[in-house]
Amino acid sequence: MKLFIFRIIILFYLINLFSLSSAGSSRFNTENEKVRDTVSFVSRFDADNNRCFKCHGQGKYEYTNESLGKKVNAIMCSERIIHKKEFYSSNHRSFSCTDCHSEEYVKFPHSGELRMEQKYNCIDCHGGDEKFAKYHFEEIEAEYQKSTHFKMEDEGFTCWKCHNPHTYKITVRNNTNLKETIAYDNAICLNCHSDFSRFQILSDKAEIDMIQKHEWLPNQASHFANVRCIECHTKINNNIPVSHLIRPKEEAVRLCNECHSKNSILMASLYKFESKEQRRDGFFNGIILNASYVIGANRNEYLNIISLIIFVGVIVVIIIHIVFRIRNKGRNQ
Amino acid sequence: MQYTDKENASYVVGFAKAVRWHNFAALILILNYIFFVTGNLLTNNGRYYRTDRKDFLLNLKKQFKFYSNGMFKGEKHPFPVTEERKFNPLQKITYVLAMYVAMPLLIISGIGLLLPEITITTVFGISGLVLTDILHITMGFFLSIFMIIHIYTCTLGAKPTSLFRGIITGYHVSDEE
Repeated sequence: MKLFIFRIIILFYLINLFSLSSAGSSRFNTENEKVRDTVSFVSRFDADNNRCFKCHGQGKYEYTNESLGKKVNAIMCSERIIHKKEFYSSNHRSFSCTDCHSEEYVKFPHSGELRMEQKYNCIDCHGGDEKFAKYHFEEIEAEYQKSTHFKMEDEGFTCWKCHNPHTYKITVRNNTNLKETIAYDNAICLNCHSDFSRFQILSDKAEIDMIQKHEWLPNQASHFANVRCIECHTKINNNIPVSHLIRPKEEAVRLCNECHSKNSILMASLYKFESKEQRRDGFFNGIILNASYVIGANRNEYLNIISLIIFVGVIVVIIIHIVFRIRNKGRNQ
Repeated sequence: MQYTDKENASYVVGFAKAVRWHNFAALILILNYIFFVTGNLLTNNGRYYRTDRKDFLLNLKKQFKFYSNGMFKGEKHPFPVTEERKFNPLQKITYVLAMYVAMPLLIISGIGLLLPEITITTVFGISGLVLTDILHITMGFFLSIFMIIHIYTCTLGAKPTSLFRGIITGYHVSDEE
């Protein structure tokens, strides 16, 4: 018996070693892909954009003060820093800075009036455009207007509070690494919801401790790493790629069954794009198994059937045995 | 937890409650199991689980034949309970498999599911959690089947209630009494 237990422990140890080495290699591949993605793109506006990146591309900039007649180093306001690499790997990477910002910005020092420049919203460019029709930007806008975030628009809430136009990239449609997508998308929410200095710009509410607020959630760390905030905090709309109707906290999903069941809502949200592919393998919602495993949602059909057959078989044998015992008792008496 | 779907949630206990009860029951099971193993290591009770390889299959066959045929003809128990022999060969092998194979696997895989962060991520491309869960529910299922058969076979004593009484009192009533 001791030898048997020892063998089991050794087997688990070996399997663990194997899994750690394979996990390491997948991380390495992802990092390499990132580098390749950034390096391969060359903007036709690179020279024009470099005039802006020269100052806005890092934390400090240098200019010549003509009154003093000397060069001055200054700190760039963090809100105005646009990292070149991040911009050229974002969705808007093919743009020139002056496609969205005033041509007047090419002059330095910039005019003070430019600070009041009206910024475009997503719908200003993407709305009513046949090229983007399949993404239903108009419906996204309508959903956003019903969402709890829209109520704060007077205080300055815009699309850009979540989707930074200089760095934002679509991940869920394109990324094969779902964990990366989840981390990326959750960072968008946490950017304000876990940074009180940003949060208080838009809300007068007291600071919220995200960990404490979600303490009721079993295996909290596992949930945070494997699903996006929007899985529970938005209302699913099958017409648009990603739901934008952020619901008030009272209406957030709290029932475990919503995800942990055969008809899991995850199939219409997180796994929406992958669920178009077929993968069954005898599991309900088998597509989830490509990236994760959700207890209750990923039951195995075959095991269900086999277990039912065995269970019924045992009960039938017991009943037959009882019948024979009763018959035999009658005979003996 | 396996059957708490949205559509039949009203028939069974909700998922959150099921998880809580399941975890609580698991904790009690682990404590009981530790008590069982320690008891068998420290007392003489462990000797009843030692299986004799000699005539192993033959004895199993004898016992199986008694349950399926002999007992209906009024044959005597082939392995009556004595101070030296608490279990018949069929009981012994079933208990050893249940308590020293299925139960540890159930507990280890249960801990793996309770703390998913310590569970192996992938095994040859298959999610470690899937394998752990399949192992857990399979062992859980077989132990549930074992429990049903176990409770039923407890009615096969001198009287249907005498073996249950023996579990509580510690004394076995033989068929001859």
